[in-house]
Amino acid sequence: MTETNKVNEEHHYMSAEELPKAKSKTKEFIKKFMKRKTAVVSLVFILVLIFLALTARFFVPYDPNQADYSSLLQGPSAKHLWGTDEFGRDIFSRLMVGAKLSLFSALISAFIGTVIGVLLGLLAGFYGGILDSLIMRGSDILFAFPDILLAIAVVAIIGPGTINVMIAVAVFTVPSFARIIRSATLTVKEAPYVEVARSLGCKNGRILFVHIFPGTIQSLLVNFTMRIGTAILAASSLSFLGFGANVTEPEWGAMLSLGRNYLNTAPHMVLFPGILIFLTVLAFNLLGDGLRDTMDPKMN
Amino acid sequence: MGRYCLKRILSTIPLLLVISFVVFMFIHMIPGDPARLIAGQDATKEDVAIIREQLGLDKPLLEQYGEYMKGLLTGDLGNSIKNGKTVAQTILPRLKPTLMLTFSSMVWATIVGIAIGVISAVFRGKTLDYFGMLIAISGISIPSFWLGLELIQGFSVTLRWLPTAGLDSWKSYILPSLTMGAGIMAVLARFTRSTMLETMREDYVRTARAKGLKETLVVMRHAFKNSLIEIVTVGGLQIGGLLSGSVMAETVFSIPGLGRLLVESINFRDYKVVQALLLFFAVEYIVINLIVDLLYGVINPKVRYD
Repeated sequence: MTETNKVNEEHHYMSAEELPKAKSKTKEFIKKFMKRKTAVVSLVFILVLIFLALTARFFVPYDPNQADYSSLLQGPSAKHLWGTDEFGRDIFSRLMVGAKLSLFSALISAFIGTVIGVLLGLLAGFYGGILDSLIMRGSDILFAFPDILLAIAVVAIIGPGTINVMIAVAVFTVPSFARIIRSATLTVKEAPYVEVARSLGCKNGRILFVHIFPGTIQSLLVNFTMRIGTAILAASSLSFLGFGANVTEPEWGAMLSLGRNYLNTAPHMVLFPGILIFLTVLAFNLLGDGLRDTMDPKMN
Repeated sequence: MGRYCLKRILSTIPLLLVISFVVFMFIHMIPGDPARLIAGQDATKEDVAIIREQLGLDKPLLEQYGEYMKGLLTGDLGNSIKNGKTVAQTILPRLKPTLMLTFSSMVWATIVGIAIGVISAVFRGKTLDYFGMLIAISGISIPSFWLGLELIQGFSVTLRWLPTAGLDSWKSYILPSLTMGAGIMAVLARFTRSTMLETMREDYVRTARAKGLKETLVVMRHAFKNSLIEIVTVGGLQIGGLLSGSVMAETVFSIPGLGRLLVESINFRDYKVVQALLLFFAVEYIVINLIVDLLYGVINPKVRYD
């Protein structure tokens, strides 16, 4: 018996097939997430809503902008599931078609605000010094105005309208993300693998975006999900105040604002847009809670 | 302690100066000519010139800033374009309703929010916990203007128990306060629960239990008392946001407060009033944050040595 065979017999080496399969992090995450029923239900609700928003034009029973003066302010019925408004327009059709405007304007503004906030936070945390001071003092200035007030101030400057509301919501999203990502960057920056990357001669840009940024994704994902809820609330609040979408558009906040004048005679005009805004924001918040608990159970 | 307070107060001054500059620049950030915007497209050149003079836009920027700061220190913030009164005369009568609303909202939201948080923490994982947290997450997710409208529908239109608008009696404050406080109640409930859960894992709580103390005493005297520092801080910080949160409640309930004045002034392009209100809300927010910070330093000595 050769020396090698002897060793192999003494120590049984496992072949590649025999090795226990390393659990994929994504699979593990999905498994943990699926155990959180409220978060799963919320995710399904959001996905269904997005699907409905994208396909609403094909399935709604009425043209959302078509006035019908023979059925003004009618309550919910078999003909009009969620009733009609002051022009006889079908509220269900308007809400479904309007979902695209309400949902995506909030999603886009939260996304833009997040991207800018993340970039600023990464730069501030990584480079420190004057750049950090500048970015953080800028955030302090924006933080001096409570969320909705900052959005109102931005709209007061640039004027009302859907696009301007999106800009306003994006602006007030920036400082919170800059702060969150800055502190996450400060922690990740000290991790040994970043030290190794630096000693291997990686350039700052690569260290920042390839090594540090992925380390901040957990806090980013949770906060982004919750921020979408805030963005929907802020955008609908601005529309309700008359600073957002044109009242003729089927935007949820604007529809609610119109319904306010008919609270006595047609309460359904306020009820259904409100329920939809509430459930959508609730779903995003519950999903955010679920993601947070899955990633860091200590936080619960 | 005195040094800590002085350091915190001094660090706020540059921020206040920057905020005052940002608010001063508010009119200058408006795209186009603000004077033309106020006067309307059909106005003559003379009318536009008069408005420009009223706003002080005809002077060099530096001079405008000097005058603005001088006015700020002497309480002269210019005149309202809408009613010709001074900005102070326009704002001051609107202050009381907003402060009353803020106070009443804060009181109920604090009591209910903390109670829900404590109950949820004590009964963690039980039905009461789920119910409490359902209320809390709903409070965060509900659009305040919709809640206000539904409260009007239920308590004013259907039941006829409470007035729909205005501020005629103490009853008029109930629905707007509920509307304004719901979000803060929810934030406090969630925060109290998580702080309480953390405190209840501390060694001194385990010792208290081991001594054979009744669970109520363990919760209230040991866990809750020690969580209170954090809870008060978060609660305090909420007041700052609450004042400007009056915008929605005052609009829904037609209350003549500062929030509604802000919306009216933006719609009327009464920029001097908008400028003053933005400054007021921002300064109030910063000052309340400062007070909370100082109080936190008083209650928790660890902070002072950081």
